[in-house]
Amino acid sequence: MTEQDALYKYCLRLGDDALIHSYRLSEWCSNAPILEEDLALTNFALDMIGRAQLLLTYAGQLEGKGRTDDDLAYRRSEREYFNHLLLELPNGDFAHTIARLLFSSVWEYYFFNELQHSRDTTLAAIAAKTVKEVKYHMAHATDWAIRLGDGTEESNHRMQKAIDDLWMYTGELFETDEQTAILRDKNIAADMAMIKAKWRQEIERIIGEATLTMPKDEYMQTGSSTGIHTEYLGHILSEMQYLQRAYPEATW
Amino acid sequence: MATDSQLMEWEVFMQSKPGANYIHAGSVHASDKKMALQNARDTYTRRGEGTSIWVVPSDAIVASNPDDNDMFFDPANDKVYRLPTYYVMPEGAKAI
Repeated sequence: MTEQDALYKYCLRLGDDALIHSYRLSEWCSNAPILEEDLALTNFALDMIGRAQLLLTYAGQLEGKGRTDDDLAYRRSEREYFNHLLLELPNGDFAHTIARLLFSSVWEYYFFNELQHSRDTTLAAIAAKTVKEVKYHMAHATDWAIRLGDGTEESNHRMQKAIDDLWMYTGELFETDEQTAILRDKNIAADMAMIKAKWRQEIERIIGEATLTMPKDEYMQTGSSTGIHTEYLGHILSEMQYLQRAYPEATW
Repeated sequence: MATDSQLMEWEVFMQSKPGANYIHAGSVHASDKKMALQNARDTYTRRGEGTSIWVVPSDAIVASNPDDNDMFFDPANDKVYRLPTYYVMPEGAKAI
């Protein structure tokens, strides 16, 4: 595998993360507990769509087959998607959505902070823009996790269940493979070991402040780096890609 | 009227650019200061409208009573000498 191929896959994966998480957050539109939260979650979804556009456009350029961001979003099947499993899971209750946003936004915050120093200048520029956005997502998720955890008996119970349920999907966030090693050697990719340590420390701090209990590291789910997904991604794509599949090249 | 179950109400004031006056933008619901500020940000600044936000608990605002309008505002209506335009400009005072 060449550096170019590895970088294509790297950008694709980050773009897919943003696209699929955006899709899930959009599902809260008109369903959030209060109007202000409805706006907040869909606002984050729009931030993520912007990030997906940048990353998928760049991935298309790296691939060099003339595929646009739309081609990559609407014309790949689930085995060709590489988003982390955590982000494709159904929203569950509000606590589950917050737990997912907490785990992913803290990860993204440290990840894109590192990626700002990538030797690849396009990736570094996208990372610099993204850090500002995810810093806010992280603040929002942290406040809610603490508010719910340190809230009523019911909210504490639900928040604890959410972090317990999703914990097994967090191991995947720090996986490395032959491709990321190629990029790491060239100072293009971020150092996952360091990010894992920072992530763990911050999550422990937040969970402690929220009067919740850290889940145990037991079995961790894996598979998305090779396109193996949960049963849920196919349903997302069948809805998201319906128009393009039914009426290819449709314009209006 | 149904009881409002959506947390406390806060009034939002926004500054469109540094140095400009803060203008009332609307209101939001929130349970605490931090959440009020975030909700105001998410509700009113999504399209680059502001550079600074104030949030104030709605019950901290003291409003005048419309029944007092006669007493409060009418006396100003018939006193033209309160307006600078009532006075004749002195000759040569171009900078006024």
